[in-house]
Amino acid sequence: MNNILNQIGIENYIFLSVILFCIGVFGVLYRRNAIIVFMSIEIMLNAVNLLFVAFSTYHQDAQGQVFVFFSMAVAAAEVAVGLAILVSIFKNLGSIDINNLKNLKG
Amino acid sequence: MSSILIIFGVLAAITIATAFLTIYSRNPIHSAIYLVICFFSIAGHYLLLNAQFLAIVHIIVYSGAIMILFLFTIMLMNLNKENEVHKPRITRLGAIVSFCLISLVLIAIFVNSKPITDGSYDVLGEDYQSIKVLGKVLLNEYMVPFEFASILLLVAMIGTVLLSKKEKSEK
Repeated sequence: MNNILNQIGIENYIFLSVILFCIGVFGVLYRRNAIIVFMSIEIMLNAVNLLFVAFSTYHQDAQGQVFVFFSMAVAAAEVAVGLAILVSIFKNLGSIDINNLKNLKG
Repeated sequence: MSSILIIFGVLAAITIATAFLTIYSRNPIHSAIYLVICFFSIAGHYLLLNAQFLAIVHIIVYSGAIMILFLFTIMLMNLNKENEVHKPRITRLGAIVSFCLISLVLIAIFVNSKPITDGSYDVLGEDYQSIKVLGKVLLNEYMVPFEFASILLLVAMIGTVLLSKKEKSEK
């Protein structure tokens, strides 16, 4: 049983995750459509999950992968509630442009 | 250059390109499709790291459940047209500058950090990521968080139903 990281190297995974995370941050700052902002948050979560799995292989330990399960469960719950909030915002305001969402009281 | 490194490079290129196209494309439907490809390539990374169960769960949860939810919401709001107005130019410039700065800082941190290994990694020789071992770890050591995760999903479901229920007229 050989370690796959002997052929790839942990630093390649670190750089891939860093670039994915930065793309997610860029999407949150750049776009006005609230759904694209949600997708950027998903990209950031996935970057961190990928790094968890890489380090789980690095330490030859299952705990990192167990943590990824919990983070996936939290992501699923977050997306369900967030999209429901977006739909009700769309019903009230008629758009999901985040520049229109300045007021706490609709 | 080994073949595994080439596979990793191709997968990483697909991941980064589709993630960028998700942000960049004007049409939200195209963004969702690119995000599906991005999730599939990340599942490919998991397979490359020999985490089979995680790859399957990732495909089921992300590409199956979450992306269908996104697509349904986009179609429900009738957003599949390209009429989004840009942010003001100064805001977009600020976003690009902060993107460059944060990537510079993070990459510089990891380039300059002291290498942990000299290119060789531990091989314990024991099974640590098959479904059997993961199930035992999940249901022995992580029993309580596992149950809390199910409670979290239940609460999220109730909250979603309450949020999207039609409100009665207040009279």
